[in-house]
Amino acid sequence: MLELKSIDAGYGSFQALFDVSLDVKAGEAVGVIGPNGAGKTTLMRVISGLIRPIRGTIAMEGTDVIATPPHRIVSLGIAHVPENRRLFPRLTVADNLKMGAYMPGARAHYAERLDFVFELFPRMKERQQQMAGTMSGGEQQMCAIGRALMSNPKLLLLDEPSAGLAPVVVQQVFELVKRIRASGLTVLIVEQNVQQVLRVVDRAYLLEAGSIRAAGSAAELAASDTIKQAYLGV
Amino acid sequence: MQSFLDIFDIYLLEAVINGILLGGVLALLALGLNLIFGVIDVTWICYAELVMIGMYGMYYLVQYYGLPYWAAAPLVILLVALLGGALHFFVIAPLLTAPPINQLLATGGVLFILQSFATVAFGIDFRNLGIRLPVLALGEMNFSYARLLSFAAALLGMIGVYLFLTRTFTGTAIRAIAQDRQIMPLMGVDPKRIYLVTSAIGGGLAGLAACLLVLQYDVHPFVGLSFGPITFLICVLGGLGNFIGGFIAAFVFAEIISLGGLFSDLEWGYVLAFAFFIVMMFIRPAGLLARRS
Repeated sequence: MLELKSIDAGYGSFQALFDVSLDVKAGEAVGVIGPNGAGKTTLMRVISGLIRPIRGTIAMEGTDVIATPPHRIVSLGIAHVPENRRLFPRLTVADNLKMGAYMPGARAHYAERLDFVFELFPRMKERQQQMAGTMSGGEQQMCAIGRALMSNPKLLLLDEPSAGLAPVVVQQVFELVKRIRASGLTVLIVEQNVQQVLRVVDRAYLLEAGSIRAAGSAAELAASDTIKQAYLGV
Repeated sequence: MQSFLDIFDIYLLEAVINGILLGGVLALLALGLNLIFGVIDVTWICYAELVMIGMYGMYYLVQYYGLPYWAAAPLVILLVALLGGALHFFVIAPLLTAPPINQLLATGGVLFILQSFATVAFGIDFRNLGIRLPVLALGEMNFSYARLLSFAAALLGMIGVYLFLTRTFTGTAIRAIAQDRQIMPLMGVDPKRIYLVTSAIGGGLAGLAACLLVLQYDVHPFVGLSFGPITFLICVLGGLGNFIGGFIAAFVFAEIISLGGLFSDLEWGYVLAFAFFIVMMFIRPAGLLARRS
């Protein structure tokens, strides 16, 4: 479904990604794990067009993503839940969700998508008229995921969904990821919480200092000594 | 009741009501400027000059081409909306990432260009529509129909903008973009298009204000100076970019001008309003409704 080949990317003269290649097949859940500053967020931004790579190619179901204007990439079926959620704090929950359905293709199905999101997150239905910025971190994460789902995507990009949340809420968020997967979506998730993420994904890549250092099934990575020592603390 | 009426001067009531009527048009002007500032983060110093061009548009359509007022007004609103869009496209868009002072100087330059253009093209004569609306006498009070009509139209214009901003996808994007510019492409929003639409709405509001002001005032190339500065003071007092603050501040200023004019000359009303502004800048520098941090 999504294929990245030899991506180099960065900000100004600072290069954050070096020759990164990865692929995500339809129906899969794929994780990208690695420490802070490894380039995980940059990777997500390159895929959704917020920054342009210096070199390399990205294809979404055969369409050249780099040649697509940033605001059209969501129409290819890629929805990005950004790091720190990035809701519009002084818009209501309902308006935040509405923004997720902005593009013409999604507007036509606005009502049904809203029902779908409210079914997935009944809490959001209760909080429709509340300002998004006044909700708890877990609720904001639900709203951010809901906003991304409003565009009826094929591929959901999740950037550190557990960041800044209480351990109990982190559990809930990962449960949600499982449910979203079960509904037929393909998921690419970036996480520092290695232990948790390896339980919900099929495969994962280890990204360190901007390069892919290891790749394999979740079980293989969880069993590997390097990852055990560096990330799982055993 | 009778004792209340005794102390309640009929002229005072008249001045208060005229203040409210004036406030409506000032609020409309402030909304246009606030919309541009709140969404695009630039200040159109030349905002009142767009109104001036719109007033000339009304003058020529009505006096020269003989169009009825109600047919000329939509054309002028459209014309100034296009002008607002053009101002954004040719002047603001290239300077979007430039320092604010450069943007101010550029729109300040447009102010002089428009004034000079009007002087050359239309001359410095004072012109009017030649429409004299009757005066409504209510007991001992007099209200001009021009002011009543302006107030009602300004209110309708503001309600229209409010509905657009809250009910439509584009309107919601206009409110969202001011809160987080960077992630707008993730929503499928092209910020360039939103800025252009916002500029056209800001221009359209200036056009509507022009249609209303031309009923009450003569048009000349420097007419922008008589309501440009007061519009800026209203926006700053309300908190730049704060729509509700601007709305309230417009009526506060209008009452000061109207009541000040009652007790003395109209010019003193303006002096009082400006003095009030300076004092308020010491007390609440971030505006009437500033969010406390």
